[in-house]
Amino acid sequence: MSKILEGLYYAESHEFVKIEGEYGYVGITDYAQEQLGNVVYVDMPEVDDEVTAGEEFGAVESVKAASDLYSPVSGVVVEINEDLDGDPGAINKDAYANWIIKVKLSDPSEVENLMDAAAYAKSIEH
Amino acid sequence: MNRTFYGNLIFELGKEGRVGYSLPKNEFAGYDINGIPEGLKRGNDMMLPEVDELSVVRHYTNMSNNNFGVDTGFYPLGSCTMKYNPKIDEEISSLTSFTSLHPLQSADTVQGALEVYYNLQKSLSEIAGLSEFTLNPFAGAHGELTGLMVIRAYHNSRGDYKRVNVIVPDSAHGTNPASAAVCGLKVVQVKSLADGTIDVEDLKAHLDDTVAAIMMTNPNTLGIFERNIPEIARLVHDCGGLLYYDGANLNALLGKCRPGDMGFDVMHINLHKTFSTPHGGGGPGSGPVGVREGLEQFLPNPHIKKDSAGKFYIDSDESALGAVSAFMGNFSVMMKAYSYILTLGKENLKYVGPFATLNANYIKDSLKDVYELPIDVVCKHEFVFDGLKDKSKGVTTMNVAKRLLDYGFHAPTIYFPLLFHESLMIEPCENESKSTLDGFISVMKKIAQEAAEDPEMVKAAPHNTPVCRPDDTLAATHPIVTYREMLNDNDA
Repeated sequence: MSKILEGLYYAESHEFVKIEGEYGYVGITDYAQEQLGNVVYVDMPEVDDEVTAGEEFGAVESVKAASDLYSPVSGVVVEINEDLDGDPGAINKDAYANWIIKVKLSDPSEVENLMDAAAYAKSIEH
Repeated sequence: MNRTFYGNLIFELGKEGRVGYSLPKNEFAGYDINGIPEGLKRGNDMMLPEVDELSVVRHYTNMSNNNFGVDTGFYPLGSCTMKYNPKIDEEISSLTSFTSLHPLQSADTVQGALEVYYNLQKSLSEIAGLSEFTLNPFAGAHGELTGLMVIRAYHNSRGDYKRVNVIVPDSAHGTNPASAAVCGLKVVQVKSLADGTIDVEDLKAHLDDTVAAIMMTNPNTLGIFERNIPEIARLVHDCGGLLYYDGANLNALLGKCRPGDMGFDVMHINLHKTFSTPHGGGGPGSGPVGVREGLEQFLPNPHIKKDSAGKFYIDSDESALGAVSAFMGNFSVMMKAYSYILTLGKENLKYVGPFATLNANYIKDSLKDVYELPIDVVCKHEFVFDGLKDKSKGVTTMNVAKRLLDYGFHAPTIYFPLLFHESLMIEPCENESKSTLDGFISVMKKIAQEAAEDPEMVKAAPHNTPVCRPDDTLAATHPIVTYREMLNDNDA
């Protein structure tokens, strides 16, 4: 069973965002890392890049496939998780702790378009 | 890593003074090299291995035994059309009267080669139902780019500059959006339905006067024929766009139906896939581009033409696209394709698509009780399973593919297309006998049984290959790409 955390917001494309004040931490879900298999590379934007909800901001490459990353929220990238450069596999160990980008939200109300934990759990049921 | 199975480099086999034959007397020993500029003189001795003939023969024979090709066994690698390439095609293309030609020879001295080129253009036009072909592009993706450049040149010639969008289905091969982007066009994705075919309603929403073209593979990536192609062609043409046919899956239709008749305006053919060149090792390829009537003038320079006296000449035209390749493409691949078409002939070429389709459906229906078949319809030349039906033991598509190697079969394409999590894509091609197909089917069933009874054994496969299971993650994050690195790795 994939792990799903309460309190996070989830996108259909299997990214999560964890809101802390005016910032959001964006990463991929535990379900996404399970489906991808061992992650070998994470292509991240640069600090100060703008991201838009629903649009691509990077890519994650695993031994199975390369998948685009879609930002669940809009805003400006204020930090990227540089640890993933040296250790992309950290995402497989704990997808939620190893977020990919930290975004200063331009429109915090956008999270209302995302799923909560219960809705996401339902969406990945087979 | 086991060096016994990799053997050594030919250089490591050498011993000083060991020779395979005696050289004639060196007539140049007394040659005065003082006139040669310093920068052009060799600083070190040549690195040539000193080996005897038997060592050379054993070295290369053993090395070739570590390879697996369609000449060694069944190779159902979906999406790749790894069909048997008749040996006569290799022989014909190796004739020295063709291999010793120089691309700068005058047209007068290469009439035979130009005739082959000209006739192949005509044959492909007939097979595709189009008006004219250029054979210049070097491979499939190069053909896509050339085809899109032709489409852009057509719109521009009409002063229609706002057509910058290329519609690509979400199930398309990755080269389609890449080619559009390289051509400076924008990619618009159209959704597919549950059966993998294009969602016509979603398509309608994208159709306006910004559409340059739609790129389609038919049958599509799942091996399913786009039944709505007449309607799609009408809709796209009505909005002023063109239809591009990606020839990746042409083998399914070969000799049976023609992209031109379906309404496509521009297409490329992967000669190396569909028309007999051993491929998969990185080349050489050939990606001829064909166009319907009215678009011929945009095909890239140079063109091969025939004058009224029956003489062939090389022509360049100012209204055409510039050259897309050095000279005129990969000639040896064209020779093989021409030989392939002539040896089969019109009466036999028409069986290629139907036999490829029959073989794929035979395997699909024989295995669908034990493997998950997400789209249960009659397929064309290939189809996709979504892993084992019984996934309770945790045996994945990767494990099944690895276990197949133990039984002497090449693995199918896995984890593509991305529409399913456990994609296992099988394309048997037209040449395989029923005995081979039955052998593959029984092994696939056996693996399903093993997965239920002894899953750990399947998960650790392959057990009988020279190299067993490499660590995929380590290979991707810390690749060892040179022999020297491998030696250092072994010492460490």
